Amino acid sequence: MAAGPMKMRATLNGGVTDVRVLMTHPMETGQRKDPDGKLVPLHFIQNVTVKLNGRTVVESQISQGISRNPVFTFRLKGGAKGDRIEVSWIDNHGETNQTETAVA
Amino acid sequence: MRINPIRRSLVAVLAAACLKPFAALAATWNKDGFGAKTAADALKALGAGNPLPSKDLLIEAPQIAENGAVVPIEITSNVPGTTSIAVLIDKNPFPLVAKFDFTAGALPFVKLNAKMGETSDVRVIAEAGGKHYVATQEIKVTVGGCGG
Amino acid sequence: MRKFLGFCAVVGGGFCAAVLAQDAKKEIQRYQQMIAEGSPVELFELQGEELWKKPQGPNKVSLEKCDLGLGAGVVKGAYARLPRYFKDADRVMDLETRLLHCMVTLQGRKREETAARVFGSADRPSEMESLSAYIAAQSRGMKMAPGLSHPKEKEAYAMGRALYFHRAGAWDFSCASCHGEEGKRIRMQDLPVLYKPEHARPVVSTWPAYRVSTSQIVTLQWRMNNCYQQMRMPEPDFGSDTTVALILFLTATGKDAPYRGPGTKR
Repeated sequence: MAAGPMKMRATLNGGVTDVRVLMTHPMETGQRKDPDGKLVPLHFIQNVTVKLNGRTVVESQISQGISRNPVFTFRLKGGAKGDRIEVSWIDNHGETNQTETAVA
Repeated sequence: MRINPIRRSLVAVLAAACLKPFAALAATWNKDGFGAKTAADALKALGAGNPLPSKDLLIEAPQIAENGAVVPIEITSNVPGTTSIAVLIDKNPFPLVAKFDFTAGALPFVKLNAKMGETSDVRVIAEAGGKHYVATQEIKVTVGGCGG
Repeated sequence: MRKFLGFCAVVGGGFCAAVLAQDAKKEIQRYQQMIAEGSPVELFELQGEELWKKPQGPNKVSLEKCDLGLGAGVVKGAYARLPRYFKDADRVMDLETRLLHCMVTLQGRKREETAARVFGSADRPSEMESLSAYIAAQSRGMKMAPGLSHPKEKEAYAMGRALYFHRAGAWDFSCASCHGEEGKRIRMQDLPVLYKPEHARPVVSTWPAYRVSTSQIVTLQWRMNNCYQQMRMPEPDFGSDTTVALILFLTATGKDAPYRGPGTKR
């Protein structure tokens, strides 16, 4: 199954870059039952990485306790308009997705 | 739709090739910490057994959440030299929710949405200069509210 | 049982109010503001845009030629002008009714099949939900100005208003039974008095919306349908004159509010 869309915005505000990233993911806890009463298997993003101009600035480890369709905001020191921000994730099934944007 | 077997294996090879760099990138995931069923065990797995309470670690979150499916939590560490922030929800089946490592270039700040099964303390741990600091806030979850 | 108790609280009026301190109310507002700031709703807008541009149906065409009222293919600002009268269909339509019309007339799809699954789930959002999010988002910042001048628009508005107060069904309920006077709530939810402009504005300017409890987009057609179910009345048809009239009445009551959705609800 192809991963659903991601969306990201990186905005410079008074010397700080706010990076807000949205990810499509079910973040299944492994404890929820589907309409047929079957347990939906554990399926969640484990790692989220933020890079600034190719260099890793945030390494995140997350659990199934993060809400469905995760939304994170990170803050980077400085940054300039046009700087390249990349965010990627990998889940417990090895599925991945990534997106990139320029600081605005 | 029938898929040509040769094409299928080609797809598999390509997928494997594409996945490799990510596998390297995803090297760290604290299995013991995320698998811990109590906050105390999770803290041990993080090497943060006895964190010091700190007023420089700020939690911005509603005191009441109308729905435990999405509880917004914003964390700022003003502890100098903070290199990581971890979030634990004591009463969740697996309390450790996330851990963020910041390198030069990122501020020790994060905003996330967490799931909460019931009213619980939310515990935030910051790591700075090899020491651990903690701040706690209770969040009430009111699914059902007055009507049960 | 849970639902029933919820209703007791509504009928009982002040039952919850006594328990709910002013502080709690403020905290709930803060919660609502925070979930709106951290909402994944834009992901659904992206999915909706994809669906808008995706060729579908026997005619293998996209919806990009669909006339939402401002001309074929014009999406920007279209939602803020709905519901309105459409000459080609000779009736008043809201966004979802119009989308269904375009799926049938442009894409050549069967109405019954297309309308069979208009309300989706977290695992499988319906195309109507994602499309609604995408199209509504293209009216951000624009004042809500539904059609109110054509005789059929006037007729629909009058019918919507009458329906709002019309008591019927096993419980003798109307919309106004719950949304008729201030201070009523279901659980922690204040119930807006939707015939009053100051109550209707924040509502019509934020629907459709992402609902965090079900992780899906909910639309106004869904809202009408669900309210009728809660009133224990027969389920209205999707895009029926009844639901369109109610949506026009509500939107007209909240008109002039700048659209700031799709919103995020509990």
